[in-house]
Amino acid sequence: MPMRSDSYRRHLLLATIAAVLLVLSPYAAGLARSAPGTGFEEGMTLLLEEDFGRKAAGVDMLAESSDPRAESILETMLAGELFYLKENRTLVQARPEGDGFAARAILGDADLGTVAKRKLKKIAINNSLRGQLESALARLRLSNADAGVRAEAVNKMLATVTPESRAQWAGYLQSETDPAVQAALRAALALTVLRDGSAGPAERRAAVAQLAGHLHPTVRNELARLLAGEPEAPIRKAAQRALEGIDARLAWLDFFETFFFGLSLGSVLVLAAIGLAITFGVIGVINMAHGELIMLGAYTAFVLQQLLPDAIGTALVLSIPTAFVVAGLVGMAIERTIIRFLYGRPLETLLATFGVSLILQQAVRSIFSPLNRSVATPAWMSGAIQLNAVLSLTTNRVVILLFSLLVFAGLALLLKKSSIGLQVRAVAQNRAMARAMGVRAARVDALTFGLGSGIAGIAGVALSQLTNVGPNLGQAYIVDSFMVVVFGGVGNLWGTLLGGLTLGVTNKFLEPWTGAVMAKILVLVFIVLFIQKRPQGLFPQKGRAAAG
Amino acid sequence: MTTLERFRNFWPRDRVFDFLVPQTPPDLDLTHGVILYLEGITVSFGGFKAIDDLNLYIEDGELRCIIGPNGAGKSTLMDIITGKTRPDAGSAWFGQQINLLKMTEPEIARAGIGRKFQKPTVFENHTVQDNLELAMAGPKAVWPTLTARLNAAQRERIESVLETVGLQAQIHRRAGALSHGQKQWLEIGMLLMQNPKLLLVDEPVAGMTQQESERTAELLVSLAGPRSVVVVEHDMEFVRSIARKVTVLHQGRVLAEGSMDDVQHDPRVVEVYLGGEPCSTLKN
Amino acid sequence: MTIFTHLYKEDRAGGVLLGLLLAAGLLVPVLNLGLGEAHPLHLSTYTVTLLGKYLCYALLAMAVDMAWGYLGILTLGHGAFFALGGYAMGMYLMRQIGSRGVYGHPLLPDFMVFLNWKELPWFWHGFDGFIFALLMVMAVPGLLAFLFGWFAFRSRVTGVYLSIMTQALTYALMLAFFRNDLGFGGNNGLTDFKEILGFSLQADGTRAGLFAASAAALALGYLACRFITRSRLGKLCTAIRDQEDRARFIGYRVEAAKLWVFVFSAVLAGIAGALYVPQVGIINPTEFAPLASIEAVVWVAVGGRATLYGAVLGALIINYAKSYLTAAFPDAWLFGLGALFVLVTLFLPQGVAGLLQMVPFRKKGGTP
Repeated sequence: MPMRSDSYRRHLLLATIAAVLLVLSPYAAGLARSAPGTGFEEGMTLLLEEDFGRKAAGVDMLAESSDPRAESILETMLAGELFYLKENRTLVQARPEGDGFAARAILGDADLGTVAKRKLKKIAINNSLRGQLESALARLRLSNADAGVRAEAVNKMLATVTPESRAQWAGYLQSETDPAVQAALRAALALTVLRDGSAGPAERRAAVAQLAGHLHPTVRNELARLLAGEPEAPIRKAAQRALEGIDARLAWLDFFETFFFGLSLGSVLVLAAIGLAITFGVIGVINMAHGELIMLGAYTAFVLQQLLPDAIGTALVLSIPTAFVVAGLVGMAIERTIIRFLYGRPLETLLATFGVSLILQQAVRSIFSPLNRSVATPAWMSGAIQLNAVLSLTTNRVVILLFSLLVFAGLALLLKKSSIGLQVRAVAQNRAMARAMGVRAARVDALTFGLGSGIAGIAGVALSQLTNVGPNLGQAYIVDSFMVVVFGGVGNLWGTLLGGLTLGVTNKFLEPWTGAVMAKILVLVFIVLFIQKRPQGLFPQKGRAAAG
Repeated sequence: MTTLERFRNFWPRDRVFDFLVPQTPPDLDLTHGVILYLEGITVSFGGFKAIDDLNLYIEDGELRCIIGPNGAGKSTLMDIITGKTRPDAGSAWFGQQINLLKMTEPEIARAGIGRKFQKPTVFENHTVQDNLELAMAGPKAVWPTLTARLNAAQRERIESVLETVGLQAQIHRRAGALSHGQKQWLEIGMLLMQNPKLLLVDEPVAGMTQQESERTAELLVSLAGPRSVVVVEHDMEFVRSIARKVTVLHQGRVLAEGSMDDVQHDPRVVEVYLGGEPCSTLKN
Repeated sequence: MTIFTHLYKEDRAGGVLLGLLLAAGLLVPVLNLGLGEAHPLHLSTYTVTLLGKYLCYALLAMAVDMAWGYLGILTLGHGAFFALGGYAMGMYLMRQIGSRGVYGHPLLPDFMVFLNWKELPWFWHGFDGFIFALLMVMAVPGLLAFLFGWFAFRSRVTGVYLSIMTQALTYALMLAFFRNDLGFGGNNGLTDFKEILGFSLQADGTRAGLFAASAAALALGYLACRFITRSRLGKLCTAIRDQEDRARFIGYRVEAAKLWVFVFSAVLAGIAGALYVPQVGIINPTEFAPLASIEAVVWVAVGGRATLYGAVLGALIINYAKSYLTAAFPDAWLFGLGALFVLVTLFLPQGVAGLLQMVPFRKKGGTP
C-alpha cells in the first residue's frame, strides 16, 4: 500500500507541473513575441480597472492588437455582458440565468456553468466608452478583407451609430469599393444625420432619400421616429413614402418566409406520408404503426450518433440507409405476420396494426426510457442562410426540403423504371389481373410494405433533425400522413407531394391568424369538407374502375 | 297583396306549410305509354366516353334486353337510371313527370325503379324474410323504420312474393346460406317488394345452371306486363328465350334496336361482335 | 318482472346481463353501506367506485358496439363523445363548488381566477343547474355527432377513411382542450369537485348512489340499444353495414339511418362520460386521446361485436385486467394491450361472445 501511495503522489506532482506549463505556455509565447501591436494581454488587464480612462486605453489597445479574439471581447463589453470573477480577476462572459449568471471564460471558451451573482463584477461602461467601443469595433470589422463581413459589420452597427461618428463613416464610405458595403455605409451615414438634432432640413431630406428601400429594422424604426417628430411636412411625406416602400418589401419577404416555413412543414409531411401512400395505395390497408416506423427511423439516427460520437455528420448520413433497412424489415415483419392474414378486412387491419404501434412504442420506452432524446445537428446543417438584412432560412430546413424532394424523385423513378416498380403498380391497379399475369402478388405486397416502411424510417431520420426523438414522435404523424394521402388522392405519388406541400403551406399561413393548434384543426376541417366535394382527392385515379 | 293579407294567408289553421309537407315525387304519369326516356345522355370518365349521346325509350310493360360487348356502357347506363352516376349531358325522365337527374338513389328507388346488381347482392346476415321485409314498399324514413311492425297484410305480401320467386321453403334461412341462384331470385324478390314500375336486371343468369336459367327466364317473362323489365345480359341463348325487343349498345351508343332476328342480321352488329365473321353466339 | 321472463326466452344473454345489473345495483350498495368494515363481505368504497367506473366503460363500449358492430363504422373517436359528456358534467360539478375553491371566488372556477379571467365565459352559463347540465351531457355529444355524421355520411365516406376521420376528430378536440384559452381548464381539466345535487362526492352513500345510477344507466342503455337493434331500423343498420348500396337501391336514405343511430350512440357515450366524471373526480383532455377511443374499440372486439352484451363483457374483462396489470407490471400493460389488438383480430374475430355461442347449450334456444 505505501508503495502505491508513493508512486501516486509522484504522478500527481508531474501532472501538476505539466498542467502549469500547459497553462502558461500561451502567455510565455505571447511574452516572447512581445512585438508592437500585441497589446492584447495588457489591454485585457486594463479593462479590469475602475477608472474609465484606463478602460478606454485598454479598449484601444485591444482594438490595435490585431488579435482575432479582440472583436468578440469588445462585442461582449458593448453588450454589457463582460464580467470578471472576483476571486481570480479573469474575464468572463455572463448572462443572467435563473438566480445567478451563466458564465463562460472569455479566453479558452470554457463553460463555467451558473455562477452566483456575488462572485462576479461587471465591467461597467459609460456613454463615451460606448461610442469608443463602437468605433473600435467598426475599425476592426471594416478592415476585414471579405466584403460580406464588412457589409454585415455595418448592418450590425446600424442600431448603435451616433452622430459623433459621422466623419468616421464618411471616411469609410470614401475608401470603400464594394457596392453592397457602400449601400450599408450610406445608410449608416444617413442614420447619423437623422439622429443628429442639429442637422438641417436639406440634410435630413437627403438622408431620408438615402434610406428608402433599406430593409434593416433600425432604418425602419428611425424613419417611423422621424415621421412622428419631423416638423417639415415634405420630409415627413418623403419618410412616409420610404416607410411604405420598406413595409411593402418587408411584407413580401414575410410572405416568402411563411411560404418557406410552409414548404418546410410540407416537406416533412410528404416524407411522412409518402410511405403510407405506397402501402395504402397498393395494398389498400392503413398501417397504423406507420408513425412508429418513423419513430424507429429517428431512434436509428440517435443510436448511430451514440455509436459514432465523434462523427455526427457521418452518423447522420449512415443512418439514412440504416433506418431504411431497420424500418423496412420491421414493416415486412408486420406484413408477413399480421397484415397478410387480414387482407380484405381493412378495419381489422387498422386495429391489429394499432396494436403493433402500441407494442413498438412501449418497446422503445423500455429500451431508451420514455424521455425525449435529442439528436445533434452536424455543422453543415446548422446555422442559417442569410438572404438579406431580415430574411434568413435555417439550413436544416432547407436541407430537409431538398432531401424530401430527392427521396420523392428516387421513389418515383423506382416505381416508374424498375421491374419491381412495374409489378407494384400492376398490383395496385388490379390485383387479380396482375396475379393472372404471373406477378407474385404476395412477394410484391411484402416488398411494397418494406419499401413504404423503409421510407417512413428515412422520414424519421429527417425528423430527428427538426425535433426531439421520443416514443410519441410517430403518433402525431399517422393522422397527418393519412390526411395528406387522402387529400392528394390515393395511389398517386404526385398527389401526395402536392397535397403535403399544400397542407404545409396552408397550415403556416393560417398560423399567424389562428394560432398553431387552431390552424391544425382548421386544416383538418378543411380536408373533411374537401372530401365532400372531391372524395377521390386532388388527383383522382382516372377511369371507370375508380368511379365504381 | 297587402301585408295583412299575406299575414292571413300565413296562418290558416287548416294549412300545412310547404316546407313541412313531405317531399314526394309526382305520381308516375304514363299517358304516352313510355315509362323511361333517356335522351342525349353523355358520360365520360377522365376523357373516356362511357356513354356517348345515347337515346333510349322503354315502353310501359315492355320486356327489353340490352346486349353489347364489354365496355359498351351497359352498367353505366344502369348507374345513370338509378342515380348512381350523373351524366355530363342529356336528360332522363321516368314517365312524363319525374326527372331522374334531380333525384337521389333512394328517391328513384321509392319512385318505382328497382335494380338488381350484377353480383347477387342480398343482406347475407338476415333471413330471407327479413330481406324482403326491409325491401317492402312503405315509409322508409328513420322513425317509421324504428317503430315498424309487420302486420298480417304485409306478411301475406311477403309470402306471395316468396311464392313468385320460389323461395317459400327458405323463408327463415339466412340469405348467406342460399345457393347462388337462390340469391339472385331473392334479390329479384326484394325488387318486387318495392312494387316497382320498372325493373332493371343486370346479368340475372350469370353463374346459373341451365335449370335455374330457365326458371329465371320464366320469372322475368311473367313479371313484364304490369311493369317494364330491362335485362342486361351476355348469354345470347337466354336473351333469345325471353326477348321481344333487343337494344345493342356499342361504345356508349345504340348500335341497333329491334327484334332478335333483325338485330342478329344487322351487319353492323355482326361486325362489332365478330369483326365481320358470321356470329356463332348470335346464331345458335 | 315480465320483461325478464320475456328476455329469458328471447335473449338469454341479455336477460342474464340485466339480472346481474339489477342484483349488482342493489347488492353492491348494501354490501358497502350496510355491512361493517370488518365483515368479510364488506365492499370498500374504493371497490364500489372502481366497479362504477367499469360500468361507465361498459356503457361506452355498448355505444361503440352500436356504431361498429351494427353500423359498421369503426369509430376511433367515441372517446370524444365520452369526454364531452364528461366535461358537461364536470362543468356542473365545477359550478357546484361555488366559493369553496382555493381562491374562494363566488362565481369563477379556480382555473379562471388563476388565468385572471374577470367573468364567466358565455358557454359556462346555465351549468349551475343540474337539469341543464344533464341536457348538455346528451346534446353536446349528440350535436357533434350530428355535424360530423352529416358531413361524413352524406359524402359517403366509409371504411378506413371514416375511421381516420373519427380519429382526427378526437385528436383535434384533444389539441383544442389542451389550450387554456378555450375555457375548460387546459391540461389540468376540471377537478376538485365537492358535491353533486348537494351530496358530498366524498361520502360513501354518494359513491354507492353513483354506482347504482351507473348500473341503471347501463341497464336502460342496454334496453334502448336492444329496442333499436331488434327493430326494422336495426335490421336496416346491419343491412347497411353488409351491403350499403343494396340498402340504398331499395329506397332507404342510408345516410339518415346511419346519422341517427350514430347520434344515439354518441349520446350514450356522453351519458357514460357524465357518470364517469363524478366517480373518478376529474376530467381532462387526455380522455380525448386517440388511444382512449381505440381502447374502447378493443373492449368491443374482445367481447364480441354486434351482440351488445359482448361489449359489456369485454369492457369489464379488459378493465379488470388493466387495473390488475398496471398495478402489478406497469410496463407490461401496453405490451399486453398491443398484443390483444393483434391476437383478437387474428384469432378471435367473434370475441368472447363468439366463444360463448359455440357452447352447445346455447343451440337449444335457436330460432325456429
